[in-house]
Amino acid sequence: MQKNLFWRMIVIIATLLVFLFGIFGVPQGLSGTALRDAIANRIHLGLDLRGGTHLILQVQVNDAVNVDAQNAIEVLKEQLNKNKVAFSDISQPDPQNNPDRIVIKGLPPDGRKTLMDVASERLSEYNVSSGAENMYTLTMKPQNLTELKNRAVTQAIETIRNRIDQLGVSEPTIQEHGLGQYQILVQLPGVDDPGRVKDIMQSTAMLEIKQVMGGPYSSEQQALQEKGGVLPPDAILLPGHPTPGAPPDQQAWYLVSRASAVRGKDLRDAQPSTDENGQPDVQFTLTGEGGQRFYNFTSAHVGDSLAVILDNKVQEVANIHEAIRDQGRISGGSMTQQQAKDLSMILRSGALPAGIKYLEERTVGPSLGTDSIRHGVTAAVIGMLAVLVFMLIYYRAAGVNADVALLLNLIILLGFMGYFEAVLTLPGIAGVILTVGMGVDSNVLIFERIREEVRNGKTPPSAVDQGFSHAWITIVDTHVTTIVSAAILFIFGTGPVKGFAVTLTFGLLANLFTAVFVSRAIFDWVLSRKGRGEALSI
Amino acid sequence: MEFFRNTNIDFLGKKWYFLAFSLVFSVAGVLSMLFWHHIPYGVDFRGGTLVYVKFSHTPNDNALRAAMDTAGLHNAKIQTYDVPSANKVLIDLDVRETSEQALDQGKAKIINTLEKNVPAGKVDLNNAPLLTIKNYLMDKDPMHLGSDADQKYTQQAQAILDVRDKVNGGVLNSFDQLKGTVDPAVVASLPDGFFLSDFGVYNVEIVGPQVGAQLRKQALLATCYSLAGMLVYLGFRFEWIYGVAAVVTVFHDTLITVGAFSLLNKEISLTVIAAILTLIGYSNNDTIVVFDRIRENIKLMRREKLSEIVNRSINQTLSRTILTAGLTFLTVLALYLFGGEVLRGFSLALVIGILIGTYSSIAIAAPILVAYQDWRVSQAKRATAMPVRTR
Repeated sequence: MQKNLFWRMIVIIATLLVFLFGIFGVPQGLSGTALRDAIANRIHLGLDLRGGTHLILQVQVNDAVNVDAQNAIEVLKEQLNKNKVAFSDISQPDPQNNPDRIVIKGLPPDGRKTLMDVASERLSEYNVSSGAENMYTLTMKPQNLTELKNRAVTQAIETIRNRIDQLGVSEPTIQEHGLGQYQILVQLPGVDDPGRVKDIMQSTAMLEIKQVMGGPYSSEQQALQEKGGVLPPDAILLPGHPTPGAPPDQQAWYLVSRASAVRGKDLRDAQPSTDENGQPDVQFTLTGEGGQRFYNFTSAHVGDSLAVILDNKVQEVANIHEAIRDQGRISGGSMTQQQAKDLSMILRSGALPAGIKYLEERTVGPSLGTDSIRHGVTAAVIGMLAVLVFMLIYYRAAGVNADVALLLNLIILLGFMGYFEAVLTLPGIAGVILTVGMGVDSNVLIFERIREEVRNGKTPPSAVDQGFSHAWITIVDTHVTTIVSAAILFIFGTGPVKGFAVTLTFGLLANLFTAVFVSRAIFDWVLSRKGRGEALSI
Repeated sequence: MEFFRNTNIDFLGKKWYFLAFSLVFSVAGVLSMLFWHHIPYGVDFRGGTLVYVKFSHTPNDNALRAAMDTAGLHNAKIQTYDVPSANKVLIDLDVRETSEQALDQGKAKIINTLEKNVPAGKVDLNNAPLLTIKNYLMDKDPMHLGSDADQKYTQQAQAILDVRDKVNGGVLNSFDQLKGTVDPAVVASLPDGFFLSDFGVYNVEIVGPQVGAQLRKQALLATCYSLAGMLVYLGFRFEWIYGVAAVVTVFHDTLITVGAFSLLNKEISLTVIAAILTLIGYSNNDTIVVFDRIRENIKLMRREKLSEIVNRSINQTLSRTILTAGLTFLTVLALYLFGGEVLRGFSLALVIGILIGTYSSIAIAAPILVAYQDWRVSQAKRATAMPVRTR
């Protein structure tokens, strides 16, 4: 018994040390500030306590599907033409909601085999079904569709991370959010001005160079009029910056070719720079392959104009004087130095595979965070003191036992958080307080049972033994139900609420150890020092 | 010290009173949810824009409302937040003013409305981000620094923000407040580029309509999963009827808590849902303690009637039921009183829920067990009265 008790004490002290290390690490010193710094190093504060910006983004995955479907349409047209199979139309009937649905109309019966061959060789991710009147429908296989959408989200996360890293935000969180709704959670501690960061993240950064086929026009209507009401099928109308001299809110419109000579993925580098007039601009260079294509294009179009287009807005129109290999620039009207820096960074980080929409934005100012910490800590200290004092009064010596167990419970909880790099949020602090309130319940259950056994005439050692063994099952049941709730909260909750679920779960798990194992060891130690027949202070 | 010793209260005998009490509160809550305040969703669930503003003086709500109206924000709700001496105001925009394209439009409008008499070419230091201040200092270079200016001025800008946010709660009244912490040359250079407005925005919550709908669904699902989890676990640990009794009880607690929020017209936010989920787990604790004792006593007292056993069990565990709930209540009360405005709804839900949960584990859960038993007995009697039925 004595020896067993000795080993149990060793286990308890070792646990204490391990979790103290979890809280403090190895502190620089033992002074108050050194200890505080040590804690700050190990236990990370959530956004609601340190201030910062929390955003939820919706990746418009249908964009990515659209790109894939348009590629597929190109492939179909090219292959059918090559095999001299006639058709009247290939298009997406509903690009908004069902972007993966491609309909081929007017295919002659003998073209069916060619279509099937093309589909199975080049477009294996699509299912082909035939309808009435020589109509065929291609839809993406569900598995491929989900994969494509998920890939768009992963790529978007990577691109956004690249961009945010370059902004120098420390410890950002960028991760998939929710349950399969293609959303991204972005948390930026310390960012008190979400406007700029949001613009940078949202920019699709789709860079294209196209041939200018007309313009500038002062409005869309004017462009249409000059073209006799119909645009050429291979051209599109895009807005640009106002022409010099025009009012600043009046955009110029350009007619540009539908096909692009250069695309974003041909980009090798982009750097902020200044033009001959000292105006900030962005210089970009192309990859070898992209450069070759650009060279072919420019040599074929000497004398024509080209347009540099970013996210469907014409940034730059230039005359092609000679063949150019791999250089270009964007000055985009009038950029500030900061804008030039941001734009080149966005271009370097790559394009987003799909557009992004903001669903939720929360900015916590540092003053609120400081306030919340103060309130949270005050409530925690008062709540805990109330419980500790109550236990001392109500259970006397056994109250000391409960209080020791409770303090150890807190140390283990905070140590857990240190080891797992869990984030402490304001609801998390509430979770710590609740752990104290719920954790002490276990002690009460045990102590009340012991009192009952003593009343029934049991000797102290046997009462303690009975008390623990009877209360144990009840304690496990009560903890399981609360932890099940907390786990569901963890799965469904976000941000601060998740922090609450984490602290509550860790706290109650630790409580199983402290309220039962530690408290029992202390009882046994007290009993071992008492003489036979001496009463228990409970 | 002991509060409850050898009590012998006939709890089951009072079951009709309990039932009446529970019915009154549940029905009142449900009626309020249906016809009066409905379910007062917080911004998390209904979507919208909340801008929390701290003023350097006592704000005039009516003037604010008029200003918002002129700015075209006709549905803005303006309410005092926290204690009146904190000079804090919460401006609440309906989801209709939160456009899908530019989610933060409403926020920008509010800030523009509040910015009065802006001196030409100057920026409001009370709402300026770190980067703006740093860029200004880099540009002005009041400390005449050479190569490591970037780092030094970032530090200075941070120091300015610390004085503003951490020492003065978010609003500066005069540039003199920066003296002592921030370099004097920097302080002297600030009035050239900055002015001080009478307010600072310290918290913004913008939730799009799509997220609101999604969260409502998730909260409901989470609550249902939690209840189902309880049913399965308790059914597995006890008999299924114990699980049913516990879940009915917890559902009763949840209904009354949500009903209380509706009656008091307090907003239900994400953290309130967190509190309710916690309650679903925690309310069961007292019920489990009683059930455990009933199960133990059934083995010991085979000849007694179930209602007798249940009454005895409740009385035997009364002291621990009240103590455990009381201690948790103590911590939750501390949270409610001292935890600040952000946690107010959360702790209110726990305060109500723990009171109701303790009551119901005695007044609802146990009577359900007895009622089921009585029903089984009457069924069995009918079965024996009929000749052929055998089991």
